Amino acid sequence: MKCKGLFAELADYLDEMLDPALRVEIEEHLAKCKNCRVVVNTTKKTIEIFCNSEPVALPEDTRQRLHSALEKRLRRVQA
Amino acid sequence: MGSPKVNLVPPTPLPSQVVKDDEPILVSAAKSGDIGAFETLVGRYERKIFRLTNNITQNKEDAEDAMQEAFLKAFEHLGEFQGNSRFYTWLVRIAVNQALMKLRRRRPNQVSLDEEIDTGEDTIPREVEDWGPSPEERYEQTEMGHILSGVIGELDPSFRVVFQLRDIEELSTEETAEALGLSIPAVKSRLLRARLKLRQKLNRYFQRGGNS
Repeated sequence: MKCKGLFAELADYLDEMLDPALRVEIEEHLAKCKNCRVVVNTTKKTIEIFCNSEPVALPEDTRQRLHSALEKRLRRVQA
Repeated sequence: MGSPKVNLVPPTPLPSQVVKDDEPILVSAAKSGDIGAFETLVGRYERKIFRLTNNITQNKEDAEDAMQEAFLKAFEHLGEFQGNSRFYTWLVRIAVNQALMKLRRRRPNQVSLDEEIDTGEDTIPREVEDWGPSPEERYEQTEMGHILSGVIGELDPSFRVVFQLRDIEELSTEETAEALGLSIPAVKSRLLRARLKLRQKLNRYFQRGGNS
């Protein structure tokens, strides 16, 4: 497999949806090609960082406006 | 008799996994009119929904409006939620639609999710430097939040939304395709391009010897 072939399969490789034979071919290429290895490793890390990121706290004024709007509307629905 | 008391619950810390065992019980109670149960669901997901609407709209005011509308719509349409998917997935779809409406209103000629776009899949990035084992530890959590939100904001909306749903909200490819009215190959190709672009944008923060 060449670099271009790897990139054609990269989406499914990253999502672990490739058939095992193709995955082995990709991993053999990665063992030999530093450029692809760095790109694949850093792309995996990108996904991991976003996936594991916790949302920051809601600004207090934003939260108060949300709950105040909900309270008004929910009361109206229940009335 | 006065108006029913709305139980305003404080925000609770969220684990990465949003699925909680009591979610179906809370949804069922909220469907029966238990406002307190719905408020508990709001308190559980408000930070994640705000991050989602903020990442998509890239505008605080629009993000707040979209979040409010999403929760209000969710409550009003709770009777239509069949429980075939997670409540959170259903809520995310409502919030994405609200955020996209805001984005389209502000940039009417720039946001079209279903048009064919060149994802540039023939282009192979060239890299020489790896990032090292835990590059994200170089930054405080709040600073990381700003970095991640900033780099997502630099993406074209049609890539940004797909990435948000697949890799942050953890919807499946099929759920993402259905939510956005895209084909599965289109979701896959935009997701790969979004991941590669974000990786490249994060290089400047994480690369060994980079500007950290």
